[in-house]
Amino acid sequence: MKAFTYERADSAAAAARAVADTPGAKFIAGGTNLLDLMKLEVETPTHLVDVNRLPLASIEDTPDGGLRIGALVRNSDLAADPRVRRNYPLLSRALLAGASGQLRNKATTAGNLLQRTRCYYFYDISKPCNKRVPGSGCSAIAGFNRIHAVVGASDDCIATHPSDMAVAMQALDAEVETAMTDGSAQTIRIGEFYRLPGNTPQIETSLNPGQIITAVTLPPAPKGIQIYRKVRDRASYAFALVSVAAVVETAGGKIRAARLAFGGLAPKPWRVAEAEHPLEGSAPSDAAFAKAGEAVVAGGRGYGHNDFKLPLVKRTLTAVLTAATRAA
Amino acid sequence: MSESEGRRLRPTRRQVMETAAALAILGYTRPSFAADGPPAMAPLPPTDPAVANVPVRLTVNGAVQNLTVDTRTTLLDALREHLGLTGSKKGCDHGQCGACTVLIYGRRINACLSLTVMHDGDNVTTIEGLADGDRLHPIQAAFVEHDGFQCGYCTPGQICSAAGMLSEYKAGWPSLATEELATHAELTDAEIRERMSGNICRCSAYPNIVAAIRDAAGETL
Repeated sequence: MKAFTYERADSAAAAARAVADTPGAKFIAGGTNLLDLMKLEVETPTHLVDVNRLPLASIEDTPDGGLRIGALVRNSDLAADPRVRRNYPLLSRALLAGASGQLRNKATTAGNLLQRTRCYYFYDISKPCNKRVPGSGCSAIAGFNRIHAVVGASDDCIATHPSDMAVAMQALDAEVETAMTDGSAQTIRIGEFYRLPGNTPQIETSLNPGQIITAVTLPPAPKGIQIYRKVRDRASYAFALVSVAAVVETAGGKIRAARLAFGGLAPKPWRVAEAEHPLEGSAPSDAAFAKAGEAVVAGGRGYGHNDFKLPLVKRTLTAVLTAATRAA
Repeated sequence: MSESEGRRLRPTRRQVMETAAALAILGYTRPSFAADGPPAMAPLPPTDPAVANVPVRLTVNGAVQNLTVDTRTTLLDALREHLGLTGSKKGCDHGQCGACTVLIYGRRINACLSLTVMHDGDNVTTIEGLADGDRLHPIQAAFVEHDGFQCGYCTPGQICSAAGMLSEYKAGWPSLATEELATHAELTDAEIRERMSGNICRCSAYPNIVAAIRDAAGETL
């Protein structure tokens, strides 16, 4: 690990300023991903701003009936919160499907959103990687790419976003609250929070330097059935090959509303309006579900080892929608 | 020496393993020098001008410890290299194997993925702090009773993780194996396995580890 200096921030704005004003500085919260990467010298910050003691670790009801989750709420506390278990079971399930008990006790809400890809080549500093060293090339496109993206990728990067939580947040229409260096606040809808790689895969979010996440807000609990299904190589403690987060409301034998987000497929939590809209007002059927699945991966392609993800996501979606509409 | 005497004098592989495993249960590998401070060593000249040393105060197994550490020092390295508490093991050093699991205010974490400086003022319990004098913690006793190990390397982490996990279960936390999230599920073997998935055992002693935790849960819950 490269040497670095360290400070403890006493306010979100001060933390934002410290990171914006110090070249090579990074925030550290749980540290479960950042320290892993620092040990491998994938990340080499020269200064760490520890935000763990900021008062951002509570979960509060919002006036409109939603929930405001502080940036420092640990993944395990969020998954176990009675309101989340009752009203947003999708989020609890997604959190519990990720990492291990020890990691969830440390990992934070904001850190989970900002975790980096587990692309093997991003992790291996002896190999070219445009995300790690812009312009050096992508080793995955013609390399081992079993875990890589089939939609949203570019000629420069086919890495996936690894989070389960963010996929649930995407289906729940969460908003990310941030603080700027001058203390002002900016709210970003989660659909606009992540950027696709294009030719700048090193830039993953719409955050400016120093801009710090203070909370994630959820709108009031959606109507309908919530399901999170994760398909992976092991039954526990493994990243998703494909995951589906679904909120499906049915009425009178028909689908009234469907919100679908996908993990393991793309450089960001994937959501496609063209997959959801045709389902609304239609009767549940394998044909309708297959059509939705086609829309999810429209324009996508496999890179060899990950070709299996294209049929896998369609089948997983059909299984999830079948379960969600069983009572319709 | 006759061959039969030689056999008698040499410990069998099984005896060596049993002794190693018993030491692992206690987190005992060598005498702690924590009370007298680290052994005297010639100071190394800093190799990097940016190396930063910071003072940190920890309470480890009930004893206050004042340390000065390089900012890069993980909590695991502070425990093992500065305090001589070598019960917590370094397996993968990347949060994947769970051998380094310790409790911070009773909550389990991977000590390898946490900086010591981030724990200034915190209360840490390691495998060395679980027993009450000569009386083993119920989870330690259950691991002995059920032979919940072979080589013993993962055992301190397994036991600390199980202690944290049983507290989580007691607090009503669900797991991915919990069918009804709103309920306080029964601690089935499937629940134990899911909740302990952050601890790897290369000897694959899992059936006995699950049996030990199932037994200990009955005593501690």
